[in-house]
Amino acid sequence: MDSPAASLPLSSSAPPPAAAPRHRRRRLSWLPLAALVPVLLISLPLVYVAVRTAQAGLADVLAELLRLRTLQLLINTVALGAGVTLLTIGIGLGVAWCVERTDLPLRNFWRVAAALPLVLPAFVASYAWASIGTLFQNLGGAIMVLTLTSYPLVYLPVAAALRSTDPGFEDISRSLGAGPWQTFRRALLPQLMPALGGGALLVLTHMFAEFGALAFLRVQTFTTAIFESYELHFDSATAAALSIVLMLLCLPAAWLEMRLRGQRRIAHVGRGAVRQPHLVRLRGWRLAGVLAAFALLGALSLGMPLGTLGYWLLTGSSAGGGHEALWPAIRGSITFATSGALLTSVLAIPLVLLAVRQRSKWAQAAERLPYIVHGLPGVVVALALVFLSLRLVPGIYQSLLVLLIAYAILYLPLAQSSLRGSIELLPPQIENVARSLGKRPLQVFFSIVLPNIAPGIAAALALMALQMVRELTATLMLAPTGTMTLATEVWSYTNDGEYAAAAPFAAMLVVLSIAPVWVFARRMLHPTR
Amino acid sequence: MSQVTAHGLRKAYGATEILRGVDLRLASGSVLALLGPSGCGKTTLLRLIAGFEPVDAGSIAFDGTVVASPSRFMPPERRSIGYVPQEGALFPHLTVEENIRYGLARGSDWRQRLQEVLALTGLTGLGERYPHELSGGQQQRVALARALAPKPSLMLLDEPFNALDLDLRHNLCEEVVQILRGTGATTILVTHDPVEAFSTADQVAVMQNGHIRQCASPEEVYWCPADATVARLTGSTIFLPGEARGTTLQCALGSLPLHEKAGTLQAAVQVMLRPEQVCWSDGTDGVAAQVLHRSFRGDHTVVSLQAGGLPLRLRMPTLQAPAHDTQGSVRVQGRCMAWPA
Repeated sequence: MDSPAASLPLSSSAPPPAAAPRHRRRRLSWLPLAALVPVLLISLPLVYVAVRTAQAGLADVLAELLRLRTLQLLINTVALGAGVTLLTIGIGLGVAWCVERTDLPLRNFWRVAAALPLVLPAFVASYAWASIGTLFQNLGGAIMVLTLTSYPLVYLPVAAALRSTDPGFEDISRSLGAGPWQTFRRALLPQLMPALGGGALLVLTHMFAEFGALAFLRVQTFTTAIFESYELHFDSATAAALSIVLMLLCLPAAWLEMRLRGQRRIAHVGRGAVRQPHLVRLRGWRLAGVLAAFALLGALSLGMPLGTLGYWLLTGSSAGGGHEALWPAIRGSITFATSGALLTSVLAIPLVLLAVRQRSKWAQAAERLPYIVHGLPGVVVALALVFLSLRLVPGIYQSLLVLLIAYAILYLPLAQSSLRGSIELLPPQIENVARSLGKRPLQVFFSIVLPNIAPGIAAALALMALQMVRELTATLMLAPTGTMTLATEVWSYTNDGEYAAAAPFAAMLVVLSIAPVWVFARRMLHPTR
Repeated sequence: MSQVTAHGLRKAYGATEILRGVDLRLASGSVLALLGPSGCGKTTLLRLIAGFEPVDAGSIAFDGTVVASPSRFMPPERRSIGYVPQEGALFPHLTVEENIRYGLARGSDWRQRLQEVLALTGLTGLGERYPHELSGGQQQRVALARALAPKPSLMLLDEPFNALDLDLRHNLCEEVVQILRGTGATTILVTHDPVEAFSTADQVAVMQNGHIRQCASPEEVYWCPADATVARLTGSTIFLPGEARGTTLQCALGSLPLHEKAGTLQAAVQVMLRPEQVCWSDGTDGVAAQVLHRSFRGDHTVVSLQAGGLPLRLRMPTLQAPAHDTQGSVRVQGRCMAWPA
């Protein structure tokens, strides 16, 4: 127990003697108190599900869950999750290997280009595919569209891992008589596993939480069903029962991701100059095949959605559609996303600091809790906040604060993982030195810690803002009446089949995504810069 | 400028006891070296004195005022300490000048103090640089200057020169302690290097397993170690069995005088010599010896001998080291230390 808070019970309650006025009894340090806030927020959805289950009674919940429709939802959700995850692993790994380990012409171009589909929010891509007809409005279509928008989440970490692996292992494997395929499988793949697994689990949890894309493509999963029973049938008991299943589905993924996260740090250890790996020569039909595959991937993941978007933009403006709602929606999106990102960072910093600086179990558990809740779909978080705010503090229902709290709960893990890297780089001795020079803990935080983690915070803010601009479910359910965002406008026009009217909002979403995606992709591909 | 006393200090991390009852008394303005192997608790002791961690039991007082005990705790920023950690830990986002200014009160005549400590630590002209633009030695000078600037009463140095290469380390360490003596600050230096401890400190406290085994002047710790462990931790040793008779003892290397510190011993003892007490001569006036092996090390040569049935390894100046297989004799200079066997 080395934490100031943990040793608090040792303090005597006797007042300090007057002879030593400089003495103070140990106070609760600000850090654990500050870390308590996000922990409490994170527990809200759990509290909600527990309360609703207790209210409805276990028997009713079971009856609700044992309906045929629940099975259908389960099959759809699992098929979608498994299908997209497996396909993104295949595409992400394949693209990363071709870009990093072959002599593909224009490698540097492909390296960046392969990450670009990230600028398309899944529901914007779905909007584009759905708008050309019903051919893709089914489970198969959803798997294809979501694979095309999600594979960069596997490609980027794997490409980064491929660059940082030591080719020495592969040389040794070859020298021990293993062929190229065996070497890939036994020497290279295990080194890529943390990155590959982390990316794949991220895709899987995204699939469980995905809402907009599936609604546009007319695929029913737990998320869309929960939203429907709440929004259309005002049946929050069914919504709560389905939320339980969805949470249970997310738990193993969250647990696995947490375990991988631990390994990933070890996987990143290893310094010194990494030698250039041998590049596989692509010639003749192999080169043609790879280039054709890359071209097809680009056409499907970027060309087709952007082309369709352009078509609807032109159609819309020739039809003389009014764009007067565009500016309020942009303002709404940017306001919500930036304030949400700021709030989430402010909440995440104490949590990360506590976990990095103090080895107590309490601190570790507090830092992990968000990851356990991670993967919780926006719809469940929103339901929980509607329910609890109406009952506990009706005054804040339908206020911006509730929406920002939902964003904070949803994106706290994202903030934590981006902040953790830069906070870990800061040696703890630095804070001790600052204390020894006469500064109080809070002064030390502002004068030493904050300036040094500022770049990490900026990156975290960009990444969170990107996610929040695209967030659909919680925004739909919680945004104050009368406000609009780009995402909600795309949603409502597309739902009414007004594809041309939705186009300018969808296009703005893509434009707003470009800068954060650029920052994110660069950081992933060039971790040292 | 601060007199430091510690009584019965205890500290554990979970189930691991790091300090198991440490007593310490340090005169104002003196230099104490905490010497011991890694894991002995020396850094933890320093951190408790600094106030970076609370004590489990016992107390620490500066000039008679208790600053740490289980019921009282003065935070580090009020203890008037200067702290120089292993890696310097310069604030990376601040220049040398800003680093040094960090502990100085705003509005004071910090400009003058800044120039003083820059000059004192030999950093004049480097004030505008950032830490990453400095060499390792310069970084440690900045860390020292930063700690010195607020005129602390107690300086705490935690193996501050570990990251530097050996030559630079010894020179810089002596220079730094010289500077500190000039300021009159009481100084505690944590080190695992006996040379560093001996060359700088007034008192050396040898630590092992969470205890201070001995705290005395460098000479006393070296020549009259309290036990075999302290002897090993403070330099090369030769151990051999012997038979004590009052103030002398009888062993394979002849009849040797005992240190007064050993007290009057009778019967079987364990004898401790420093290898440099054993002198080689080509003649026969001593215990007969034969050279078994020579290991050339540049400025010196390590000679392995067989003398009186004992294997001995002696460091000798290369030009005086006898050749392989030479027959000669050894004689012991000075007094030796012994403990009841």
